Amino acid sequence: MSKQNKNKTGFFANLENSPSTDEFIKGLWRDNPVFVQVLGMCPVLAVSNTAINALAMGLATAFVLLMSNILVSSLRNFIPKQVRIASYILIIATFVTMTDYAIQAISVELHKALGAFISLIVVNCLILSRAEAFASKNTIGKSMLDALGMGLGFTFALFCLGAVRELMGNGSIFNIPIFPDNYQEWVVMILPAGGFFTLALWLLLFNAAKVNRTEVR
Amino acid sequence: MSKKNPIQKNAQTGSLKMLWSMAGIGLICAFLIVMTYEGTLPRIERLKAEALEKAIFKVIPGMTKKRTFKLDENNNFIEISSDEKDAQLVYAGYDDNDKLLGIAVPASGMGFADILHILYGYDPNKQAVVGFYVLESKETPGLGDKIEKDENFLANFAALDVALSDGNTTLKNKVVTVKHGAKKNNWEIDGITGATISSRAIGNIMGESTEQMVPLIFKNIEVFK
Repeated sequence: MSKQNKNKTGFFANLENSPSTDEFIKGLWRDNPVFVQVLGMCPVLAVSNTAINALAMGLATAFVLLMSNILVSSLRNFIPKQVRIASYILIIATFVTMTDYAIQAISVELHKALGAFISLIVVNCLILSRAEAFASKNTIGKSMLDALGMGLGFTFALFCLGAVRELMGNGSIFNIPIFPDNYQEWVVMILPAGGFFTLALWLLLFNAAKVNRTEVR
Repeated sequence: MSKKNPIQKNAQTGSLKMLWSMAGIGLICAFLIVMTYEGTLPRIERLKAEALEKAIFKVIPGMTKKRTFKLDENNNFIEISSDEKDAQLVYAGYDDNDKLLGIAVPASGMGFADILHILYGYDPNKQAVVGFYVLESKETPGLGDKIEKDENFLANFAALDVALSDGNTTLKNKVVTVKHGAKKNNWEIDGITGATISSRAIGNIMGESTEQMVPLIFKNIEVFK
């Protein structure tokens, strides 16, 4: 375990030394929006009951984050600071609407499962916080890398929760049965309470890894 | 870290500039939304039509064939070959021997969050609603969306009484949603605790739609056979 961690530390440490990849890597691991920053908890807990829902919601959020970061960053010198939050919300809401149409065009069933949560991406504090804290102060390239890292980090975290909850609660991953037929499903994992349990376990794991990493350094 | 372009501090921005920038962003956003809407519309309509087709087969148990009818301005049903927009359509379901099993009726009305679109199956032989499906809903996940998932609620629509009165022009009893646990009669819908508004909305939509459509369907029953 400790050897593996040491290797990981080395791998991430090397990548983090490169300034261009740092913006990307930080969202995946060091500043992961869910496991470190604990942002956007509403979709994290609500939509992570199955792996496919978690993945779809994560990718939808990542897309909105990427597009809004690009637009906010390219318009950063034109937006007066007094109306910046209103402008960001307008931009985010636009990309959320576009995502909503895109998901409807991909699958009606998926849209039915995620429907109400898609609109709620507008108020996901992760997206607004990246627009305000990063994209409004950095170049388009860096904002893109930041959004990609944060978006993929968010998707990864949601998938971590979704996969565990579906596996325990339904005995499958992506609707593919993993456990034998006589497996007794833990229904609680599919219910909202299961979201809290799984999140707590992942946070525990992440913090343990973080403490371990600090000690190694 | 890298060099940043901080937001101008203490810069005096005129109202006009703020207005222009908001209007400009609004225009860009409007353009993007319209482009996406136009680009995805044909596929969304095709997928929705396929979903409707599946739903029709769900609300009329045992059907294998479908025919589409339109309600004209004289309250008569006419068979049509393809769906028409802005028309009150109903879908008749038949078995392999072309025996009429039921009629699927789309209905809509205001829910808690947005307009609810539902589809229910009416069996003229049993004079009852025999199937129910929510086509489109934006009700609160975990609460209002129980109208789609709650098994006890969905059980209301296995045989919901919509029998006609003696003159065949009105229903004997209008469909209503009652408080959870208070259902006594077959024309009542047992509501959901925690989804009161949404389950009442379903009751209102069903009540109004069956009150209007069931007598009309019954009057034109020969057209469907």
